Amino acid sequence: MIKAIEVTKSFGATVAVDKVSFEVKPGEVLGFLGPNGAGKSTTMRMITGFLPLSAGKILIGDYDIEEDPINAKRLMGYLPENAPSYPDMSVEAFLHFCAAIRGLSGPQKEQAVEKAIETCHLGKVRRQIIDTLSKGYRHRVCFAQAILHDPPVLILDEPTDGLDPNQKHEMRLLIREMGKSKAIIVSTHILEEVEAICTRVAIIDQGRLVFNGSPAEMLAQSPQAGRVSVNILGPNAVEIRATLQKLPAVTDIQILKELPLWTSVLISSSKKDGLASAVKALLDSQKWDFNELHTETGRLDEVFRRITSLDSAQEVKK
Amino acid sequence: MRNAWIIAKRELAGYFVSPVAYVFIVIFLVLMGFFTFMMGGFFERNDASLLSFFVWHPWLYMLLVPAVGMRLWSEEHRMGTLELLFTMPVTPAQAIIGKFLAGWLFLLVALLLTLPMVFTVQYLGEPDIGPILTGYIGSFLMAGAYLAISGLTSACTRNQVISFITALVVCLLLVLAGYPPVTNILLKWGAPSAVVDFAASLSVVFHFESMQRGVLDIRDFIYFFSLIVFAIFTTSVVLKSKRA
Ligand SMILES: Nc1ncnc2c1ncn2[C@@H]1O[C@H](COP(=O)(O)OP(=O)(O)OP(=O)(O)O)[C@@H](O)[C@H]1O
Ligand SMILES: [Mg+2]
Repeated sequence: MIKAIEVTKSFGATVAVDKVSFEVKPGEVLGFLGPNGAGKSTTMRMITGFLPLSAGKILIGDYDIEEDPINAKRLMGYLPENAPSYPDMSVEAFLHFCAAIRGLSGPQKEQAVEKAIETCHLGKVRRQIIDTLSKGYRHRVCFAQAILHDPPVLILDEPTDGLDPNQKHEMRLLIREMGKSKAIIVSTHILEEVEAICTRVAIIDQGRLVFNGSPAEMLAQSPQAGRVSVNILGPNAVEIRATLQKLPAVTDIQILKELPLWTSVLISSSKKDGLASAVKALLDSQKWDFNELHTETGRLDEVFRRITSLDSAQEVKK
Repeated sequence: MRNAWIIAKRELAGYFVSPVAYVFIVIFLVLMGFFTFMMGGFFERNDASLLSFFVWHPWLYMLLVPAVGMRLWSEEHRMGTLELLFTMPVTPAQAIIGKFLAGWLFLLVALLLTLPMVFTVQYLGEPDIGPILTGYIGSFLMAGAYLAISGLTSACTRNQVISFITALVVCLLLVLAGYPPVTNILLKWGAPSAVVDFAASLSVVFHFESMQRGVLDIRDFIYFFSLIVFAIFTTSVVLKSKRA
């Protein structure tokens, strides 16, 4: 549904986005991550047809955003970075205006506006002038505008920015629900959000795409991922260390805690698949009891830091 | 055209929810009245015409129209709504024309509110209605030309003050090009009369004057419309290049 091919954008001498390619199909929610100034918003502005491309190509459905912008824009809903709207209008008037521009009229328009007001919980403020709304409400008004015409493609630039925890939660549920049928791109700085709503992750750093895969694949890049931690009852640390060395491809055994009753151990291995069951089999054969055994999944923030800072370090060397 | 009209309606509604529109109209009418009756020697002239009314329009519009036009684009830039507008399925031309139409209609409302002056003249004497009608048409066209220029300067900068001043200066040049004291100086300096005539023919005053006298010449229409079309087209180029 969304196809970006070697998309490049330069502002004078600075290259803000450098040959970024990816694809988002209906039913996918792509999480767009990257440090400040990485080029996320710039990429989204090109996808939505606000900024012209310096090079490359973007297809929305069958339409090229540069060659057939009107048809491409019809398919999209867009929540820009700071959720702009016309401050001198009432919520209702603003949504009616957007619906009209989207080509809706008559009862269809009324219905679309009502549905958006309901979905975004704007009923209470529908006649209020946007200028007098709180930041979170202004954000919701702009989001309402983006989903008004039920577009098959949604581009959301930091959709949960400025929302309270309840609204954040609701927004995530909403995006996940809509993501079942639509192609969605969401940029965010909140990594839990990625795990909660995204089916895919793209990380962009200094304008370049440095990761593109599933959240699970991203987690797997964590050095922590695949390690097994276990609390063994009975034997002392020396005994445990000696025994665990027998596991296949062990690279490191860390004694985390040594208590009178049990010892907490962290096992790293270059062979991550089936490590937990190998550990269990070994403990069983020794007739050692344990009260906790689990495989670490790794942490997204750690992976994020590794991927983005690694790349910056290379940049400095050049 | 439907989209342009939707944008124009939104924009027009925007004018009237803020007190600025009412303040503008009141100032416009007060200044018009003051210049016509006090400065223009309306009563001393003793002829039932609106010449002393129309003669001030090129000068008053110079101050008032840039005030309407300055917010046209700089405001959208500042609020970030430009991003919203240009990611909706509208062409830049529709957006520019829509906003221009809204400003022009607003100026038309202000202009039509001066009609009581016509009724005063009607009451005081037997004026020739022809020149009054063509004068109003000319005034409306001139307002459109000024507005298109102000819209262009507004697209060039986020700063409304700069936009206002630039528009004022451009309009001033357009007026002065045909203003007798200026053309006389040019002639005195020994500029060939063909050049002076050409400069004068670029002036709004030159084209507006014949309309005040009741002459409807297709060339005057072409002049005003080409000014408007040129400014609108340049606006679209400026808006595009600003995003590149
Ligand atoms: N109009 C512009 N002119 C010049 N440079 C620009 C312009 N817009 C963006 N940039 C530059 O492009 C780079 C990418 O900016 P962008 O807004 O896309 O970052 P981002 O990833 O969205 O960051 P954030 O997380 O802070 O929102 C920045 O270095 C920025 O300074
Ligand atoms: Mg951004």
